[in-house]
Amino acid sequence: MFLQDNRSRRSAADTSVNNAERPTHNSQQRPSGGGGDGGEEEEEESFMYGANSVIMLFVPVTLCMAVVVATISSVTFYTEKTDGYLIYTPFHDKTDDTGTKLWQSFANAFILLGVICVLTIFLLLLYKFRCYKVIHGWLIVSSLMLLFLFSYIYLGEVLRAYNVPMDYVTVIILMWNFGVVGMVCIHWKGPLLLQQAYLIMISALMALIFIKYLPDWTTWVVLGVMVVWDLVAVLCPKGPLRVLVETAQERNEPIFPALIYSCKCNTRYSSPMTASTESTRARNAVQALNTTNNYQTIADPDRPPGTATPNQRSSTNSQPQTQDEEERGVKLGLGDFIFYGVLVGKASSYGDWNTTLACFVAILIGLCFTLLLLAIFKKALPALPISITFGLVFNFATSSLVQPFMDSLAAEQVYL
Amino acid sequence: MTLMEFFGCAFIAFGPPFAMFIFTIARDPLRIIVLIASGFFWLLSLLLSSILWYAVVPLRTSLAFGLVFSVIFQELFRFLFYKLLRKADEGLKKVSQNVPDEHITPKDINNKHIMAYVSGLGYGILSGAFSIVNVLADMAGPGTIGIKGDSHFFFLTSAFLTLCFILLHTFWGVIFFNALDRKRYIFVAGVVASHMLVSCLVKFHTNESYYLISLITAYVVMIVMAFFAFITAGGSFKNIHTAFTCRKGRYEMD
Repeated sequence: MFLQDNRSRRSAADTSVNNAERPTHNSQQRPSGGGGDGGEEEEEESFMYGANSVIMLFVPVTLCMAVVVATISSVTFYTEKTDGYLIYTPFHDKTDDTGTKLWQSFANAFILLGVICVLTIFLLLLYKFRCYKVIHGWLIVSSLMLLFLFSYIYLGEVLRAYNVPMDYVTVIILMWNFGVVGMVCIHWKGPLLLQQAYLIMISALMALIFIKYLPDWTTWVVLGVMVVWDLVAVLCPKGPLRVLVETAQERNEPIFPALIYSCKCNTRYSSPMTASTESTRARNAVQALNTTNNYQTIADPDRPPGTATPNQRSSTNSQPQTQDEEERGVKLGLGDFIFYGVLVGKASSYGDWNTTLACFVAILIGLCFTLLLLAIFKKALPALPISITFGLVFNFATSSLVQPFMDSLAAEQVYL
Repeated sequence: MTLMEFFGCAFIAFGPPFAMFIFTIARDPLRIIVLIASGFFWLLSLLLSSILWYAVVPLRTSLAFGLVFSVIFQELFRFLFYKLLRKADEGLKKVSQNVPDEHITPKDINNKHIMAYVSGLGYGILSGAFSIVNVLADMAGPGTIGIKGDSHFFFLTSAFLTLCFILLHTFWGVIFFNALDRKRYIFVAGVVASHMLVSCLVKFHTNESYYLISLITAYVVMIVMAFFAFITAGGSFKNIHTAFTCRKGRYEMD
């Protein structure tokens, strides 16, 4: 899962244009003078998408976390212990022995990681050999499952929690409309706002599934392992995600049905054609036009195991974006949304709001840092490591150190 | 009843800060970032004071110790955030100038009180949220307070004190930053002293009869600080007067 923004590629590629623009740009924008030397210009360029794009990611991330936290704290279904777990986690925290629990959690996490590795490499191979139809089928089936099955379960549990009776006819009509509109929006075309809402909803649902079906300790270890995996997969020269992005860039096409949330990307509605013909057409067109395209690839292929846990977040459809239609904007993989949601939801499942709040602030600050690094390095970056590390540190620090302090303060009505 | 109490107290504590957030901050991305960053600094100070409180085992029961050090840490981190903000000035300038967004204007940087206000509010909101959020969660719950002889006004007092502290932090932020800018360290000392004073005063109300006293003192300090912050930010009685008089259809101040 990583984070990238379109501005970066263009700024690297269109140096000539930018250089021509820069002097005037500088003089207009900074009447106070100041040194416009090379380093500073470079830096200035990199801040282009600064504050605004940060907020554009803050809002969806906040919404996603809010949905998860609200569900966790009002619907008991997602926190109560079950006998059913994901098949990837064979050990279920049944013992009380800390040592056993610890190694079992690590075993679970590494099995899960292995599944993710295998699936990512499988996806990479499919992509290398251009089996686009298989990938699309995979994504469509998984989003179908999320939109119909899991949201049906979710609806049922919410109704049960609030003790609202509802007949099957209404439920069927509701679910049918919800699901079909979602499929159309995500895989074909629809208003951007609606598509974003569906993406957030899907990530929240997936995060809830993880919270429910992963054993307690395993969740934390998985979050820790994902941080490392994300770093390796995106930053290593031979990391699978990096190879994937590079292949996509060589082919001048967006990473196949990209599993991404995009802030401002209105290109996809432009040409409602079938994927295969459209992609070939557009690919040729792009190559013919020029090579300095700025289309964006942010994907999140590093999703959790795709087959059984249909976490494939929506996919944008495969029509390549041509560069003039593309707007600037940062994109964030849906996997990042999911794991942020898992972290905050897990923190809130212990019932302490201070911990939830601390995790929330820590994740947002981590996202800020990641965007700052994105501005500096100008390449696809993993979005999980900083945020999740901050989140984990603050979760454990708050629940073990701050919480008793704040509890005794609140009981005595002492204000700091 | 519990639900009504929950909403009432939540709106008492967070109504005015929420309004301030919506009207002055929400439209401006840069201010939101500064708000969250300053909240994060408050979180760090809280973490540090809890570590200290947790580490010094013999004094864990007497909260006065933790309280004093917590106030010191909070002011320390306010100072650190001030330093960070002034260091980041150049960067903020770049961000705000290059984003093609009409809400961001260089006045955010030129008028240093704006960032001081935003960071003060961020500090306050997070500190207020941390002190009341668990109490609020209990409020909505199945239990009610006061059945076993405790004060019925516990929740209400908590809500009003939270509001008072959020506003106090905002004013402290404005005064503190300006004092550091102009090197008037007496005001810095004043902020630290009044923070210590309010926290310690509030700590000493042990039963219902003291609620009113501590509330009134806290609000008096708050009003004094509001006055100072208003003067610091360039306000005067003339300003208020001109703000409310209508001259030939023009509503803006000179």
